[in-house]
Amino acid sequence: MNLQQYRWFLVGIVVAAITGWIVFPAALYERIEQPLQFSHNVHIGEAVGMSCTDCHQMNAGERGAAIPAVSKCAECHSEAIGTTEAELKLVEDYIKTEREIPWLVYSQQPQNVHFSHIAHTGRANIRCEECHGPHGESESLRPFERNRISGYSRDIWGSSITRVGNAPWEGKKMDDCADCHTKRGVVNSCLKCHQ
Amino acid sequence: MQTNSKQSRYGMLIDLDRCTGCGACMLACAVENNIPPAHAGTTDRTGLTWMRVHRVEQEGNDASTQTVYLPLMCQQCDEHPPCESVCPQKAVEYDPETGIVAQIPVRCLGCRYCMTACPYHARYFNWWDPSWPAGMEKTLNPGVSTRMRGVVEKCNLCHGRLQEAREQAAASGTSVVAGETFVPACVEACPTRAIMIGDLADPESEIARQIKTPGTFRLLEQLGTQPKVYYSSARQWVREQLQRTIASTRTEVLNG
Ligand code: HEC
Ligand code: HEC
Ligand code: HEC
Ligand code: HEC
Ligand code: HEC
Repeated sequence: MNLQQYRWFLVGIVVAAITGWIVFPAALYERIEQPLQFSHNVHIGEAVGMSCTDCHQMNAGERGAAIPAVSKCAECHSEAIGTTEAELKLVEDYIKTEREIPWLVYSQQPQNVHFSHIAHTGRANIRCEECHGPHGESESLRPFERNRISGYSRDIWGSSITRVGNAPWEGKKMDDCADCHTKRGVVNSCLKCHQ
Repeated sequence: MQTNSKQSRYGMLIDLDRCTGCGACMLACAVENNIPPAHAGTTDRTGLTWMRVHRVEQEGNDASTQTVYLPLMCQQCDEHPPCESVCPQKAVEYDPETGIVAQIPVRCLGCRYCMTACPYHARYFNWWDPSWPAGMEKTLNPGVSTRMRGVVEKCNLCHGRLQEAREQAAASGTSVVAGETFVPACVEACPTRAIMIGDLADPESEIARQIKTPGTFRLLEQLGTQPKVYYSSARQWVREQLQRTIASTRTEVLNG
């Protein structure tokens, strides 16, 4: 076989593969910075010593209810405690003006999906880490990655575009939810998860 | 292994002798389920009326003609729902836990086989993208997603309310009780309490007792689809005529 003859064909394959697997996925997601840098680690560490439920109320409620309101932060940050820029921004831009922080939720599901924390963390006693990984101990907030076509968060798919080598908690596609349900004997009817 | 609810069969019983035809159920249904105001050019056949009150007049034209109002929505067929078996997309599903025949609009491709198959004309097609007058979108129900042009929708027995009831039940360690913690919008809105919701699988429930009383019937029972919506009337002509005429077209039903 004369490779010379297939030269352009092989070049084409390589270009297509690079475009398909690297360029397109990179271009597909736009990176948006969170409105405020926030460190979970500072708050759950020894200095402050808060527990997850101090800030995250896992009750029944509307979507997004698990994120603490600014009034929670104001309990300690009515005046700046430290000297970091992020904290100053928190005090000046949000607490003093009583504005809510427009957090971008990494695990945000599409609008037609219904999810209830309390059934999972309460009755079924599933730990936060099983679905969110180590976010609760993170030092800083990574940029939120939004799919330019669907508008969905990248976390729904997971960081690896091939879905190979994703951590077990990564990815919350329909099948990921359904797999755990099947394993635990939860009936997967459409209207359970869809609204 | 855990199962989060026992097997239920949610059904309804509508007392036609109490229905005054006021239409409060239609309005409550539309508000609850984010149904947009009718688009310009909407006709009798192209609107979205998951719950629709038909006016039926007694056949025969003598002076003593009587009228009955018939609230009609998805009849939640319990066996071989015709819409489910014709769907090429699996966008219609029979929920084994609740008996609800579910329509999943995001999966629907808009072929409308189900609309043809439904003997009750209880399914509706979105001929237009939904739109709300400026400011009114703030009143939308966050628990029910809006649908796009080109898909079919129908009554899902206020599944948004069922999900909310489930969530409350999970929070308080109880379980959902149809008629108490789970009440569809039409049931709640009816000023004469003509509509009742309950669990047909629970022999202790009020509805299970009520459907055994004389005067209770279902529409097109002879088709064998075992609808879970029951009607009742003490008037014989109502029972006889409704079982007959519902088979004809929508407009004919309207005119009786
Ligand atoms: C000081 C209050 C506070 C405490 C304590 C706290 N969190 Fe948070 N948490 C937040 C705030 C504010 C956000 C929103 C910003 C973000 O995404 O991190 C958040 C977001 C999250 C999210 C992100 C959800 C998403 O998908 O965007 C997870 C998961 C989370 N917290 C888990 C935990 C866990 C687990 C703990 C306990 C180890 C914990 N948090 C303790 C305030 C707190
Ligand atoms: C079974 C998987 C699962 C578990 C367990 C879980 N979460 Fe979540 N979490 C999700 C999903 C899915 C969303 C997105 C929900 C949505 O978009 O409606 C979410 C969203 C959030 C949010 C964003 C705000 C919101 O309410 O949507 C926070 C904060 C959060 N989770 C914190 C936690 C904490 C803290 C725990 C542990 C106590 C926890 N989660 C356990 C799956 C889970
Ligand atoms: C129980 C008291 C307490 C609460 C409630 C609290 N914090 Fe803090 N926070 C602290 C302390 C203490 C520090 C450490 C200050 C330092 O040494 O810089 C801190 C530090 C910070 C910092 C700067 C450090 C960094 O790099 O992140 C930010 C930003 C911050 N908090 C945001 C928040 C937000 C947002 C909330 C509300 C969700 C919140 N905090 C709620 C006690 C609290
Ligand atoms: C780690 C396993 C796991 C994952 C991942 C998971 N679930 Fe679940 N889910 C469960 C279990 C267990 C239950 C049963 C809870 C109970 O006891 O009611 C459940 C129940 C539910 C219910 C019914 C809640 C109720 O009130 O009865 C819904 C809705 C649901 N899950 C949606 C989702 C969605 C959407 C996702 C994906 C974003 C998801 N789940 C991911 C384990 C999981
Ligand atoms: C265990 C929960 C669960 C069940 C059960 C479930 N879904 Fe989903 N579904 C999801 C989640 C989460 C998403 C969004 C993430 C994704 O795109 O995979 C989704 C997305 C979808 C989408 C894509 C919608 C879009 O806008 O991108 C369709 C279509 C769909 N589901 C149809 C169905 C049908 C039909 C059934 C019943 C046969 C069903 N789903 C059952 C959780 C579920």
